[in-house]
Amino acid sequence: MAPILEVKNLTHIYSIGTPFEHVALKDISFTVEKGEFIGIIGHTGSGKSTLMQHLNGLIKPTEGTVLLDGKDIWADKKFTRQCRFRVGLVFQYPEYQLFEETVYKDIAFGPKNMGLKPEEIDRRVREAAGFVGLTEEQLNVSPFDLSGGQKRRVAIAGVIAMEPEVLILDEPTAGLDPDGREDILQNIQNYRKAKNATIMMVSHSMNDVAKLTDRLFVLCDAQLAMNGTPGEVFAHAQQLVEMGLDIPEVTRVFLKLRALGLDVDPVYSLEQAVDALTACKGGSADA
Amino acid sequence: MLKDITLGQYFPGNSVIHRLDPRTKLLFLVVYIAALFVALSWISYGVMLAFLIFVIAVSKIPVKSILRGMKPLVFILAFTAILNIFFTGGETVLVEFWGLSITKEGIIRAVFMISRIMMLITGTFLLTYTTSPIALTDGLESLLSPLKKIHLPVHELSMMMCIALRFIPTLIEETDKIMSAQKARGADFETGNIFKRVRALVPILVPLFISAFRRADELATAMECRCYQGGKGRTKMKLLRYHRSDLLAFFVAAVLLAGMIVLRHFGL
Repeated sequence: MAPILEVKNLTHIYSIGTPFEHVALKDISFTVEKGEFIGIIGHTGSGKSTLMQHLNGLIKPTEGTVLLDGKDIWADKKFTRQCRFRVGLVFQYPEYQLFEETVYKDIAFGPKNMGLKPEEIDRRVREAAGFVGLTEEQLNVSPFDLSGGQKRRVAIAGVIAMEPEVLILDEPTAGLDPDGREDILQNIQNYRKAKNATIMMVSHSMNDVAKLTDRLFVLCDAQLAMNGTPGEVFAHAQQLVEMGLDIPEVTRVFLKLRALGLDVDPVYSLEQAVDALTACKGGSADA
Repeated sequence: MLKDITLGQYFPGNSVIHRLDPRTKLLFLVVYIAALFVALSWISYGVMLAFLIFVIAVSKIPVKSILRGMKPLVFILAFTAILNIFFTGGETVLVEFWGLSITKEGIIRAVFMISRIMMLITGTFLLTYTTSPIALTDGLESLLSPLKKIHLPVHELSMMMCIALRFIPTLIEETDKIMSAQKARGADFETGNIFKRVRALVPILVPLFISAFRRADELATAMECRCYQGGKGRTKMKLLRYHRSDLLAFFVAAVLLAGMIVLRHFGL
């Protein structure tokens, strides 16, 4: 099956030809398969946000191409607009983009722009609200009367309501309390399962990406430094630290254990840690 | 993109012009504008232009960025040119159609007006390009301080101006972000008739206003937390002081204005 998204030799330079010229992305290539959950990590200013805005045609590449379902998203104007609906993009702090009088209307903004029938819009709004756990009564209040976490969920529902095949989120849990974070991550999982959607998520929480994603992209200084499963990526802990990135807490503990002479393979999730430790304990008991 | 608007942006540097006292530069600009309006002939315009080029060269501001700053004003310039070309009476008619006539005098006047506006704008740009917003408002406050005697809140006004200037880039960035976010939800700002386009602005303006108010509120709280009380009894970290170069600048300004008056007196 053809990859849902394919990026070929993507380069982006801001303010080209001025003293403020700045290379944001340099020769990036990757593919994303349908249904994958991809995590994107990288330090501030490594080009994550610029990359994401290329994937739904908000920014035009300086060089290189972005293919959605095998077709160049800049091939023609109509297709570029289609891409915005097929690749949903949730920006950082999306609650600052709410503007309608009621939650319902705000979630309906995207579907309405798609030119759908009223019944279809209604179905999508209610379904999207369901995914993010908003109640029926909350649909009729002003989004500005909600709490920060609820506003965030309204904003995410606004993108989910377009039923994108690929959902991209830029730090969806930034600034939320632990409960709020769990909720949002669960909402994203729910959507993925229900629609067999592809998810790409930028995050600074190594614990979250280690637990949730199938594959990780590591961006460093405008380049794609690593591309692999969390296991492969976190095996290069030293390199990650040099890039100014973190590693999951359990991985750090296990690296320490290894340094102390315990024979364990590095792990990156709690379940694996439990398995590894039981195996280790069993082994020593036998001996 | 919105970010490319460079109107009045500060261009850090270390030229003589950059180091001049902001008060000197402000007063110089006033004198320069006066001189520009006194100038009437090609010769005096030539002198003014030569002077302007000299200042640009000394300040090391790239000519490109001055021209780029001029871009948003093309409409005003074109409008001025058209008005002057068609509505200046004159003897030597060059072309005539639909009851309108283009005269030699009209064209000369149009060229004159356009060069005057462009030189005006360039002069102002040189001030804002070489002076940081803080220095500028400091200078303004110092120049206007005599008005405190008549109970004009000079410090508060200049503080307001300083904050406004400070937040222009922030708000532009914010607008960019909101626009991208709404575009990602399929908002369309580029097609449709005028009513449709105006309505398309609502999803940008509402969040923008909300965030502007939020920022204002946060800033006010932060200022109060640091015991900001307004201008009374407030001291400054950087005191404004005139140097020898400022004296020279005042001299040049006086010569420039006097020269223009003399040239005009002799009908040149």
